[in-house]
Amino acid sequence: MSRGPFDGRATISGIGQSAVGRRLMRDGLDLTIEAIERAVADAGLSFDDIDGVASYPGPGVPAPGFTGADVSQVQTALGIRSRWYMGSIETAAQVGPVIEACMAVALGLAQHVVVFRSVWEGTAQAGGGRASALVPGGELPPHLQYSAPFGALSAANWLGLPATRYMHDHGLTKEQLGQVALNGRRNAALNPAAIYRDPMTMEDYLSARVISTPFGLYDCDVPCDGATAIVVSRAGSAGLRRTPLVVESVGTGMYERPTWDQRADVTSMAAYDAAASMWERTSLTAADVDVAQLYDGFTFLTVSWLDALGLVEHGRAGDLLDGGDRIARDGDLPLNTSGGQLSAGRLHGFGHLHEACVQLWGEGGERQVARQPEIAVVGAGGGPVAGCLLLSNREA
Amino acid sequence: MPYTRPEFRLLPTASGYTEAFWTGGRDGHLLVYRCESCEQFFHPPGPICWRCRSRDVAPAPVSGRGRVATFTVNAQPWLPSLPPPYVVVLVELEEQPDVRIMSQLVDIDPAEVAIGMEVEVFFEHWSDEQRGDIWLPLFRPAGGVA
Ligand SMILES: [Zn+2]
Repeated sequence: MSRGPFDGRATISGIGQSAVGRRLMRDGLDLTIEAIERAVADAGLSFDDIDGVASYPGPGVPAPGFTGADVSQVQTALGIRSRWYMGSIETAAQVGPVIEACMAVALGLAQHVVVFRSVWEGTAQAGGGRASALVPGGELPPHLQYSAPFGALSAANWLGLPATRYMHDHGLTKEQLGQVALNGRRNAALNPAAIYRDPMTMEDYLSARVISTPFGLYDCDVPCDGATAIVVSRAGSAGLRRTPLVVESVGTGMYERPTWDQRADVTSMAAYDAAASMWERTSLTAADVDVAQLYDGFTFLTVSWLDALGLVEHGRAGDLLDGGDRIARDGDLPLNTSGGQLSAGRLHGFGHLHEACVQLWGEGGERQVARQPEIAVVGAGGGPVAGCLLLSNREA
Repeated sequence: MPYTRPEFRLLPTASGYTEAFWTGGRDGHLLVYRCESCEQFFHPPGPICWRCRSRDVAPAPVSGRGRVATFTVNAQPWLPSLPPPYVVVLVELEEQPDVRIMSQLVDIDPAEVAIGMEVEVFFEHWSDEQRGDIWLPLFRPAGGVA
């Protein structure tokens, strides 16, 4: 059998992250370049080696700070001689461009593609609060037409709906949901780059003000500034600083209509389709996963990814989360080991990808998981869009 | 606490396929797109049935009765005109439960809302220079105030 959709030809050779903070008062392009410079150096390459650029979401998203830089800005700023490039939001969520870069190197369209995601929502939304990002004015955007008239203005509302039903149908408790937040905070304490590092107790979590049931303040991530970049390289590339990681499989499925509320199972979301398509493309299974970096823009998204990926029996995410021991760094399935978005910052999926690489390379320092992992899964997005990656440190 | 309409709501655009859904309340009807070929409703409205790809689709009145598929009690003040708490609801239609309408559930204490509860539609008329007349479908417990 071939080794996944790219037959082992797509690898990750370097990672880089800019300064990350709540409000750095730096612009998105500045942060993006910092992350890219670090990723290229981390791979052991120079800008002359880079011949591809890819990013999410591309230009055109009006929300303040949502797009730190687009591909053409980066090409202009850095003078990269691209043999291939792309930037789009209509793809498998934030990791879609990573998957496209894998295709590009596997097909020989490029040798080394730098892929980035950068945000500066903290600085860009300063003063206006998060609500300033909701309605840019004028006509409601398509995704708000059927929700905003009823006061459902935030993903906290749209995700509160499936979360309430999952808890009702499967007995997930608020305390179990809270373990996603507590686990993230414990891990963030050991991550110098994390934004929120003070200890959080279950009492803190439960007594936080309600945003939209079942979510309280600590179920929701917070806008920040920060950029993350990775280098996707064709397997067998010369001159790399260390053994690259293999992209074993990717999840890109969209089997049902991309809506928040019309899926056959109202507790599910696009993550289920992305996950199913990822497993269809590899001989690896959920039982092989050693460490999981699962999107936590809201705690329930992590629950949904655990369920969607088959890391738990359907409906039983609460059992894995209960008490928090099994998802800790020395547990059965270490989860969101950098602190996730809830504590390390809303880096929009790429924080999770960055951390998966850190753990597979054994470079986590104090927060490195107890048993050196071989296989990591990354889930990005939720609601109507999702994408996932299965990475390994096995030889290409 | 009985519902009182807010001073302001963000309004949708009623045009083309979406017009029936947002204006059916003028005649007291909740209009949902239905496929004449496979005899199934679908939402949101569009030019073709996503199940059988028939173009023989048109808005059709439904009873306006349904059940709470799920809900969330919003406690965050997103808009000054909509003070929390209020209940955002996903209603599954009596005619076809896998077709769901997102709305607001009113005339009920948020603490009393439960999945499976029977609800019924009523309409709130809004007039906007840009968007014309809109009848927002809101829901309340079936048979009056709970
Ligand atoms: Zn049909």
